[in-house]
Amino acid sequence: MRVWWRRAFMGLVALYLLLPIVVIAGVSLNAKKVLFFPPQGVSLRWYEEFFTSSDWSAPAVRSLIVAVLAGLIAVSIALPLAYAVWRWGTRWARAVMLLGLAPFALPPVVTALGALVLWIVLRSFGQPYSVVLSHGVFLVTLPLATITLGFASLNREVVEAAVTMGATPGTVARTVVWPNLRPYVLAGYIFAFVLSLNEYIIAYMTVGFTFETLPVKIFNSLRYGYSPVMAAISLLFFLVATALFAVVGRVGDLPRLLGAEARSD
Amino acid sequence: MTPDGASSRRGVGPNLLLAWPALALFVLFVGPLVVILAVSLFRRVQSAFFEPAVVLDNYARALEPFYLERLWVTVAIASGAALVCLVIGLPFTYLLARLPRRRQVKYLVLVLASLSLSEVIVAFSWSLMLSRTSGASNALVWLGLLPSPQAWSPGLAAVLLALVFIALPLTVLTFYPPVSRLNPELVEAAATLGASPLRAFMTVVVPVLRRAVAGGLALVFIFVLGAYVIPQSLGRPAQWTLPVQITDQAILKSNLPLAAALAVVLLAAGAAVSIAILAFGLKRQRSEA
Repeated sequence: MRVWWRRAFMGLVALYLLLPIVVIAGVSLNAKKVLFFPPQGVSLRWYEEFFTSSDWSAPAVRSLIVAVLAGLIAVSIALPLAYAVWRWGTRWARAVMLLGLAPFALPPVVTALGALVLWIVLRSFGQPYSVVLSHGVFLVTLPLATITLGFASLNREVVEAAVTMGATPGTVARTVVWPNLRPYVLAGYIFAFVLSLNEYIIAYMTVGFTFETLPVKIFNSLRYGYSPVMAAISLLFFLVATALFAVVGRVGDLPRLLGAEARSD
Repeated sequence: MTPDGASSRRGVGPNLLLAWPALALFVLFVGPLVVILAVSLFRRVQSAFFEPAVVLDNYARALEPFYLERLWVTVAIASGAALVCLVIGLPFTYLLARLPRRRQVKYLVLVLASLSLSEVIVAFSWSLMLSRTSGASNALVWLGLLPSPQAWSPGLAAVLLALVFIALPLTVLTFYPPVSRLNPELVEAAATLGASPLRAFMTVVVPVLRRAVAGGLALVFIFVLGAYVIPQSLGRPAQWTLPVQITDQAILKSNLPLAAALAVVLLAAGAAVSIAILAFGLKRQRSEA
C-alpha cells in the first residue's frame, strides 16, 4: 500500500492548520513593537503586558465570564431537552430538538443581527447578560449533539433493571445515568465554552460598545495598529483551547464524543 | 416513588422538563428571525432605531444592482471555499477515521483547537503570513523562487485561504460521524476486486456517503456565507461580501431596516443554494440505488 502519500496529505493539512499558530508564536516573541516573522530578538514582554495591563486583562476577564455562563446556559437547555427526547421521544420534544440543532444552520452574521434587533426590541441592548443568553442559545447545538450521543450510548436494559430492582428515579439518575453521561456533558460544555470565548460577531453586535470582550478588543486594535501583544494573546487562547480538548480526549473517548461508533482497538 | 408515580410523570414530566429549552429557543432563536423579518419592513428614523411600518423601501434598496453584485460575490466566494473544503476535508476525514486511535485523537484535538480559534485571530495571522514584511513571500525569496517580497493580503487569495481555514475544521467534524461509521468491508471488497485506493474512494465511499456529504457541504456553505471578519479585513472592497455590508449598515450607518432586508436576502440565497445541494445529494443517491 502506498502509505507515504496518505501521510503526506495528512501532514500537509495538519501543517496548514498549524501554520498560523507557528507564525503567531514567532511574532509574539519580538523584542520590539514590530510584527516580524521570524522574530527579531526574543522577549516575553508582550505576555507580561497582557497579564499586567488592564487594557487587555479586563476584556479577557469579560470574555471568561461570558463563556463560563454561556456554556452553562447551553448545557441547561441541552441536558433536559436531550433527556426528554431519549426518555419519552414525543413529537413535541423532537420538534424542540430540531430547533436546538438549527442555530448552526444560519449564517453567523444573521444570527448576530437577529440578536441585536431582538435585544433592542426587548429594551436590553448593550446589557452584558444579552450576550451571555445569545451565546448560550447559539452554541446549544454542541452540547445537544454530544449529550444526545451520550444518551444513545446508555443501555436501556441496565436502566430498566435498576428500576425493576427497586431503585428510585433519583438513584437511577445518580448511579446509572449520570456516570455514563458525564463525559458527554463535560465535552459539550467545553465546546460551548471555548467557542463562546472566541466568538466575535455576536459579541460585537450585542455588546461591542458596552462590554468589550477580548475578540472584539483584538479586532478594534487591529484597525489602530498592530502590536505583538495580540499575537501573545492569540497563542495563549490556542493553548487554552488545545489543553481543554486534550483533557476531554484523555478523560473521555474523543472519537465517540464526536460521533464515531465504539471501536474495539 | 411508586410505579404509579412513574406513569403519572409521563403526562407532566416531558412538558415540565421542556419548558426552559422551549422557552429559550423560541425567544432567543425563533424570536430574532421573526424580529428581523418585521424590522425589514419597518421605516428607518433618525432619532431612534426604527419605527413600525409596512414599507418595501428596504427591499427595493437591498435589490439594487450594487447589493445584488455583493450578493453574487458572496455566493461565489462561499461556494468556492465550500468546494475546496469538500475536496480537502472528505479525503482527510476518511484517512483520519482509519488511523489508530491514539493518532486519531491527536488529529481531532488539532481540528477542534483550530475550529475554536477566533475568526479575528485567524484573520490576523493570515494577514501576517501574506504580508510583505513577515509573510510567506520572504521564504520564497530566500529559496530563490521570487525576486522580491510581495503583499498577498488584502486580496481574493487571502480571503479564500482564511475562509477555508475556518471552515475546514467544521467540514471535518460534520463528515466525521458518517465517515467513521462507514462499513470498512465495502472498501475491502472493492480492493479485493482490484480497485486502487483512490478508485475505491471515488466509486464506493463517495457515492455511499453522498447524502451525508451534501448535508455537510450545505452547512459549511452557510457558515462561510455568513462570515464577516475575514472578508472585511483580508479582502479588498471587491471582495467585501454581503455580511460586511450588513454589519456596516447595522452598526456604522445605524440603518437596521436595510440591514434586516439584506439579511433576509442573504438567508433566501443561502436557503436556495442549500436546497440545491441537498437535492443533488438525494438525486444521485436514488440513481445509484
